[in-house]
Amino acid sequence: MDTKRFPIDFFSLGLRMLAGLLIMLVVAFFITLVNGSSEAFSEFGARFIWANDWNPNYDDVGGTLGSLPFIVGTLLTSFLALLISIPFSLSIAILLGEYFKKGAISSFITSLIELLAGIPSVIYGFWALFYLVPKMQEFKVSMGMNNNGFGVMTSAIVLSIMIIPFSASMTREIMGMVPQGLKESAYALGTTRFEVIKDIIFPYCKSGIFAGFMLSLGRALGETMAVTMVIGNNNETPGSIFALGNTMASLLANEFAEASDDVYISALIFIGLILFVITTIINLLGKLTITSLSRNG
Amino acid sequence: MNTTTVDDSISKKIHTKQSVQTIWRQRKNFIFKVAVIALCFLAMLPLFFIFAFIFKQGISSISWDFISTPAVSDTGVKGGIFNAIVGTITIVGIATFIAVPFGVLIGVFLSEYKTSRMAKLTGLCVEILHSIPSIVVGIACWAWIVKTSGQFSALSGGIALAIMMLPVLIRSTEETLKLLPTSLKEGSLALGAPYWKTIILVILPAGMSGIVNGILLSVARVTGETAPLLFTALGSRFTNYNIFKEMEALPLMIYNYARDPDELVQSQAWGAAFVLLVMILAMNLFSKFLARKWKWQG
Repeated sequence: MDTKRFPIDFFSLGLRMLAGLLIMLVVAFFITLVNGSSEAFSEFGARFIWANDWNPNYDDVGGTLGSLPFIVGTLLTSFLALLISIPFSLSIAILLGEYFKKGAISSFITSLIELLAGIPSVIYGFWALFYLVPKMQEFKVSMGMNNNGFGVMTSAIVLSIMIIPFSASMTREIMGMVPQGLKESAYALGTTRFEVIKDIIFPYCKSGIFAGFMLSLGRALGETMAVTMVIGNNNETPGSIFALGNTMASLLANEFAEASDDVYISALIFIGLILFVITTIINLLGKLTITSLSRNG
Repeated sequence: MNTTTVDDSISKKIHTKQSVQTIWRQRKNFIFKVAVIALCFLAMLPLFFIFAFIFKQGISSISWDFISTPAVSDTGVKGGIFNAIVGTITIVGIATFIAVPFGVLIGVFLSEYKTSRMAKLTGLCVEILHSIPSIVVGIACWAWIVKTSGQFSALSGGIALAIMMLPVLIRSTEETLKLLPTSLKEGSLALGAPYWKTIILVILPAGMSGIVNGILLSVARVTGETAPLLFTALGSRFTNYNIFKEMEALPLMIYNYARDPDELVQSQAWGAAFVLLVMILAMNLFSKFLARKWKWQG
């Protein structure tokens, strides 16, 4: 740096300013959402968060707006999706990390997973609408339930397919942190591969795998399009995993463009704020766990 | 003699016990391996289903007319997707134009000033930005641009997508530059090059392959995004080149057409889905190709 000619280093100052702009962008997000939801907050109060009623014509019929049906819908679909995806993403991670570390099979599976990750959400939704929904309908009829193929379960299945690539690559990365010496000494004692995975790898990276699943959950929470297309868009708290419902994201996708009344828009922005806060907390917790692990390990 | 038989029987006993245990352990190991492979195979199935389904449904509606005519033109309904292709290219172009300089330079900042407090705060903000659901990005851009200007526009859609691109770009640039040897920078500085010249003429070109790869991946990622465009670009049935007006995009078109009860419209949605999928796959493959070609640099 030629400090004699330039008393101030303009270039690094510029870099700093750009970084400052990014920080301001995130702050602006938060302020915009809080600002936009203030009207709904003054109308309904904090009760909005746990009120179990969504009636856009609340003025005429004396109803109210509340976000509980959507919070429940979001958490239910996301946790269900995570639960479905866990055995698959674990086995992909184990297969790529322990059984086929290199070679044709490994690169084949890796590129398939990359393809799966590259498919846009709206195409997943479109496929699910015409493939999964009729299948689910058949299944429900054969089980003696109603003949509606939409619902929480259908969207959870699509969501699980969508998060498997991410969750598998996270898990694989974390499993790769297990020191080679630890595994080798176990093999030297004559253990089988299954025993090494069960007794060495899992105990070693339990918390890391957990954090990886948390990050996948964060992804599932904010997923919009595919869920919107197959969840059935019903503004009531889903009573079972086969019921219709709505997640926070799908509610926004459906109703935001049509909302005309100011309080109604503001209530929708409030729901956006709740979604933002929940996903941010879950993602940061997951990220924090993983960074502290990689620092220690 | 007597003692040897006793010894023999004991060793036999131990031996059979061990071998039964070993067989059982090997069997468990085998079962586990089969289960892992089976689950892995099952997880890959949807990919083939989706590709086969989109291909089967989409290929029949693809024709030159389908790609080169808009959904509605001045002379009447044409039923093509030209307007959506133009819109997608325009909106993603705007997003790339805005996000690339920002993303790359912030990535440079993060890799150059890793230990400073400002960089840590910025890194945290990148994480938060990455975790914001796409639909919330759409709402914020609606509040910032559409609400204040009173007009849905391709520009606001482009800005929303640029925000979606930023975290990916910043991270990929940062990771690439962190891998470069320090001697490169030291050498340039020792020759008397000022700091900014070192960054722009030495560091950035050296990390070019990783940066371009990051750009391609982030472009591929946002090309399929629908949620941020719902309340910003909105969609339009006409071909439109004015970025201050509402504009169609392929994902928006698929979303709207897919829910239409008319089967003809649905078949157009399949065609659009096919085109979008081909575009995104081509970008992914191209980035892979570049990564392989430029490997010697990294």
